[in-house]
Amino acid sequence: MKKENFLWSAVKTGLIVGVVAIFICFVGMVEVFSKRDVIEKLITLGQFVLLAAMFSAGFIASRHTSSLLEKNKPVSNLVAGLVAGLFTGLVLALLVVVGAEVNLRAVFLNATTTLYDVLTLDKGVGNVWILPLIGAVAGLLGAASLLLPQILRRPITQALVFVIFMAFFSGLFRVVMINQGSDMSKAAKYLFGQTGLTLEGTLIFFLGVIAVSMLWSYKGKDIQAGVTRLPKAGRLSLRVIVYALIAYVALGLPQVSGPFIAQVIVTVALFVLMGLGLNITLGFAGLLDLGFVAFYAIGAYTVGLLTSYGAFGLQHIPFWVAVPIAVLVAMASGAMLGLPVLGIRGDYLAIATLGFGEIVRLLAGSDFLAPFFGGPQGIIGIQKPCLGTLGPFIRVDVPRVCNGLELGKPQDIYYIAVVSAVIIAFVAWRLRESRLGRAWMAIREDEDVAEALGVNLIQTKLLAYMLGAAFAGLGGAIFATLIGSIFATSMQLIVSINVVSLIIVGGMGSIPGVIVGAIALIGLPELLREVSEFRFLLYGATLIIMMLAKPEGLWPSQATRRELHHTEVEAGVKA
Amino acid sequence: MSILNVENVHTYYGNIHALKGISIKIDKGEIVTLIGGNGAGKTTTLRTISGLLKPREGSVSLDGQDLLKFKAHEIVYKGISMVPEGRGIFARLSVTENLEMGAYSRTSKQELQQNMERVFTLFPRLKERRTQVAGTLSGGEQQMLATGRALMANPTILLMDEPSMGLAPVLVELIFDTIQQINKTGTTILLVEQNALMALSIAHRGYVLQTGEIVISDTAENLKNNPTVQKAYLGME
Repeated sequence: MKKENFLWSAVKTGLIVGVVAIFICFVGMVEVFSKRDVIEKLITLGQFVLLAAMFSAGFIASRHTSSLLEKNKPVSNLVAGLVAGLFTGLVLALLVVVGAEVNLRAVFLNATTTLYDVLTLDKGVGNVWILPLIGAVAGLLGAASLLLPQILRRPITQALVFVIFMAFFSGLFRVVMINQGSDMSKAAKYLFGQTGLTLEGTLIFFLGVIAVSMLWSYKGKDIQAGVTRLPKAGRLSLRVIVYALIAYVALGLPQVSGPFIAQVIVTVALFVLMGLGLNITLGFAGLLDLGFVAFYAIGAYTVGLLTSYGAFGLQHIPFWVAVPIAVLVAMASGAMLGLPVLGIRGDYLAIATLGFGEIVRLLAGSDFLAPFFGGPQGIIGIQKPCLGTLGPFIRVDVPRVCNGLELGKPQDIYYIAVVSAVIIAFVAWRLRESRLGRAWMAIREDEDVAEALGVNLIQTKLLAYMLGAAFAGLGGAIFATLIGSIFATSMQLIVSINVVSLIIVGGMGSIPGVIVGAIALIGLPELLREVSEFRFLLYGATLIIMMLAKPEGLWPSQATRRELHHTEVEAGVKA
Repeated sequence: MSILNVENVHTYYGNIHALKGISIKIDKGEIVTLIGGNGAGKTTTLRTISGLLKPREGSVSLDGQDLLKFKAHEIVYKGISMVPEGRGIFARLSVTENLEMGAYSRTSKQELQQNMERVFTLFPRLKERRTQVAGTLSGGEQQMLATGRALMANPTILLMDEPSMGLAPVLVELIFDTIQQINKTGTTILLVEQNALMALSIAHRGYVLQTGEIVISDTAENLKNNPTVQKAYLGME
């Protein structure tokens, strides 16, 4: 087959990326993002997204060229990148020109004049030629980045990623640092502007990361070797120091971060609990449960009913007594779900559990059971946890007085959630290494063979359902006290889907993967308010890209890593 | 005195009458082979013995103990292990983990270590690959792993379902050599095979199965010389 001309390939790349860029414009992302800055007064997030598109057009074209010509030819690579970026810019320019003549808003609501202003850098349609020019330069840079030697490329990439990260979260860091007193506040204002990084901040972060990265690539091996050379006791104490540091940061964080970040972290921790639970049923035992939110709901409602001082409160017992009961109730409901679906496999199991989740949500919110669960009004007035003794229950709608420390604010619940997540992660880890864990994985691989090897399928599967449900129930119990009220409407199917996705993105069957997945899919969108409008678009895109680029997940378990990258390891050994 | 006694067993898949009254007797230390064409009921027989299928009629007993009253996962504790059809290895677990799963019914750590050593002496290839994920092994290695895994339970009787399936001739010979070796250490073997010639060359006795019934039962030597068997299963005219 005759090979494609590399220039033609670059043109195609440029056109495709251009169409993608138009799509991003039309969903309104560019306009919304242009209200945020990456670098104050220099480049907005909206412009950055477009620049990134042009840059990647150049990068992709450059890589195609290398593979078409079977080696790097600097001139051809650069030309290809330039052409690709140019065409991306041309496509966008075309959008501006057409938009000036025809009213595109009739069909595309987001094709506003503001969008055109963003695209032409507020210089008007007459200066539209600037777009292809910028595109060509960005494409050229993208192509050049491929040609850089590894030693330079890695620090620059890392520095860019870090700067973008800091720009995204500049608001958060700014607030946290300003809360720390005048010195920190001055530093904060130097580094972060109102809506993004300052120019000085950008330079400091960029050069700082490059310096650290370069240092690491020169000295990193020595440091690693130094650590492994340490005597056992030394390595142990080093580890203790690292853990102590992490614990110190974790304990102090809510004090400095304020309620918002604390609440986000609690939400992440709750999803970690659910994720660890589903990781047992799905990741270890291979039983796909799409109704997992049911156990979360059961845990939440149990705590609600047992501790609430509202109209539906039954027992008015303290939180600390209610939580173990909630976990047990969730476990029992896990068994209740498990028994009828024991014989069902694969897709059918997913549908059956999906039904279970919906039934629980509908029942909890139904008028039929409203006398018990409050129906659509939900259960309100959930007693906050109290370290100390609770005063007596006087009457409905009057909270009991806490003689001692009341853990009412998100910053307080933070400790409960994080400690629970750590304990459960440890339990999950021990379970995986146990005989039971082996049996789960054997069932996941082949039920019949597992049975023939002596695994009691009924017992083992039921335990998977029950333990998974128990973890989720604990999450729900903490959720109930965090919010102080529960409504059936917060127990939507999307929660179950979120949990499944975070496991897949993190790495199926991997415990650190659950934590990474929860941070990536739950924590980041919560923190990035700008993105919330496009949450599901980005969510879907992330899932597709992840499955194509890194199907084993962000932090895969050892076995999956070995399985998917076995050939590379082999090749590495031979080479 | 026979150790495994299958008597007049009738097994059904739903309404399909798969085994129509099968009787098999195996003596201690024997290699017995079950040959027959596709759909004759060979695999069904093995699954019935290992408890994965329950017969409607008949009896299966090991050392005089009725096996039918035990569930499938309890059978392995009685001393019967199976090398399943198509190997059935745990593709995403490592070789060592697969072997450890084989010893699931044995709780003693020391015994596990001994059995693992024994398997590694029998299959040095597995020792070389012990950290590798089982799904990435070659077909022959997977067959070794499936066999090794079954041996980890220290069985009195080893049921083998088509160990030669999909393997190159040279590997088939290797596997059959090992089957003989395993047998010499005192393990009784019931071998199901389509490759009748190979099976009869190592077996002591054999049964010919046809559409759920045993049509011939004889010593391996006699079966090899039986004209019907030669014509139908050995490809001789």
